Amino acid sequence: MTAPAGSSVEVPRHRGQALPGVDRRRALRIVERNALAYRRAWVVFLTGFAEPVLYLLSIGIGVGALVGEVVVGDRTTPYEVFVAPGLLAAAAMNGAVFDTTFNFFVKFKYARTYDAVLATPLRVGDVAAGEVIWALGRGAAYAGAFLVAMLAFGLVGSAWAVLALPAAVLIGYAFAGLGLAATTWMRSFVDFDYVMLAIIPMFLFSATFFPLDRYPGVLAGLVAVTPLYQGVALVRALVTGDAGPGLLVHVAYLVALGTAGLWVAVRRLRLLLQP
Amino acid sequence: MQGGSPLIHARSLTKRFGDFVAVDGIDFEVHRGETFGFLGPNGAGKSSTMRMIGCVSPISAGTLRILGMDPVTDGPAIRSRLGVVPQEDTLDTELTVWDNLVIYGRYFGLTRAEIRERATELLAFARLEERARDRVDPLSGGMKRRLTIARALINRPELLLLDEPTTGLDPQARHLLWERLYRLKREGVTQVITTHYMDEAEQLCDRLVIMDRARIVAEGSPRQLIERHATRDVVELRFTTHDEQDAAAEALSATAGGAGAEVEPLPDRILLYTGDGDGTVAAVTGNGVQPSSVLVRRSTLEDVFLRLTGRTLEDE
Ligand SMILES: Nc1ncnc2c1ncn2[C@@H]1O[C@H](COP(=O)(O)OP(=O)(O)OP(=O)(O)O)[C@@H](O)[C@H]1O
Ligand SMILES: [Mg+2]
Repeated sequence: MTAPAGSSVEVPRHRGQALPGVDRRRALRIVERNALAYRRAWVVFLTGFAEPVLYLLSIGIGVGALVGEVVVGDRTTPYEVFVAPGLLAAAAMNGAVFDTTFNFFVKFKYARTYDAVLATPLRVGDVAAGEVIWALGRGAAYAGAFLVAMLAFGLVGSAWAVLALPAAVLIGYAFAGLGLAATTWMRSFVDFDYVMLAIIPMFLFSATFFPLDRYPGVLAGLVAVTPLYQGVALVRALVTGDAGPGLLVHVAYLVALGTAGLWVAVRRLRLLLQP
Repeated sequence: MQGGSPLIHARSLTKRFGDFVAVDGIDFEVHRGETFGFLGPNGAGKSSTMRMIGCVSPISAGTLRILGMDPVTDGPAIRSRLGVVPQEDTLDTELTVWDNLVIYGRYFGLTRAEIRERATELLAFARLEERARDRVDPLSGGMKRRLTIARALINRPELLLLDEPTTGLDPQARHLLWERLYRLKREGVTQVITTHYMDEAEQLCDRLVIMDRARIVAEGSPRQLIERHATRDVVELRFTTHDEQDAAAEALSATAGGAGAEVEPLPDRILLYTGDGDGTVAAVTGNGVQPSSVLVRRSTLEDVFLRLTGRTLEDE
């Protein structure tokens, strides 16, 4: 039996598949949906832009004036130059985590937004990918604005800094995958305390505000394997012009983490959303 | 009307939730152009079956083919040709009425121009034009239902799955929906519907099955089911006191209703199932039974339903 003539609905099975179980065009419909939902809530975008810039003003410029310079390896940099890439990376993390934990949880558990979506040609993989793309798009906008602010304050030391934008997106990807996967285990809003418990120490101690060599050996090793440290190291190297093939290790780490998270999330969501 | 292979083909279709069996190996076929009904008490497994047909719930065992395809491998292709009204409204509460229609059309890959035209018409059908720019949350229950139904039509589905579509609708809205469903039927749209309103099932369904405790207990057209599982007439006898009713029930049972009728005592009345209502009434009153009121009526699907699925509430 075939469809009658005139039923012109798209049925791409393998074309346009970014990941198995994901169709790019369908995933983008979730982005479209979120854009419609946020059309009225554009104020949240302002806070997203403002937050890292406020940190930059208070800690980078303000505290920086007291601290003076930081010595990292064989190099001495003004504190605000040191801290700005850390703030950029942290902002990328925070945005992605917020979108894929809190925001996703509301839609997934309370509004049951995806029950309707999954009755259409979209699949669970498309939904998860769409939410990640949305989080990344938003993160990219914030990171772009922050980079412009850094440029304005004279905190960019190299043309490599252009790559800090995709790097921020990569950090967002890693944390979006992680956040989505973690959210599938959450039962209520109380569980978000655990998210904060993971995020806040990472924000404070991932060489964001002071260099890694302040830690004793074991602790330094521990910090170095956290995803935010990987992101901070990548962004900082690019902004200060310290680029080299070694940075690809950070890139591989972040890609692997995001993909693993997404993979787990899709598998879990299939069971949870389609009982 | 039933040429070609069936639009839905289910064999030993089973749904389990852990150890619990919600749908226990049912067989049915739905043909193109047909309106097919699922009736059954709460918890019988109707919605579980509908969700499997809608390709949002994987089957646990058996075979299921929809539009000639397998839900496991062709879910998106099948769903692109379905319209689904789930039992619980699943509107997007973060969007307006209009945007709900728009984004739903986008999920199906329709262009904005197509959507604008269809959404305008569907909004009129749902009588929600004035609410187009409102959020969905403050709409009344019936309005939400109407929007859910309108939304299910945005992709011009070939197969429409309606899980208790008229629950919560006022009579006007109900009749508007029926009209629309007739029109869709004339256009060749196949419909699968569940309902707790027997009059609705009698009106809409060409064929239906009655489910009880995860199984299909009867199948046929409304007329066939009444012929097979009920008598032509039903006599309802009411009494002023319980004692009178009990005495009458005893007397009637002893004489098989006086005229070969089947006797069913209920808390508030006695039912006599009979091929000849007037004859039975004559025989009964001739027997000295003195009811306070007597009603002779034709059997309905409701009689069939209650007889087949039992009158007690067994909600498990
Ligand atoms: N996700 C689920 N997990 C566990 N059990 C479920 C789930 N969904 C349904 N059930 C169980 O399956 C049985 C059949 O439910 P279903 O919703 O199919 O009934 P129904 O015939 O649609 O009833 P109603 O007329 O009340 O809508 C019920 O006992 C229900 O508790
Ligand atoms: Mg149901």
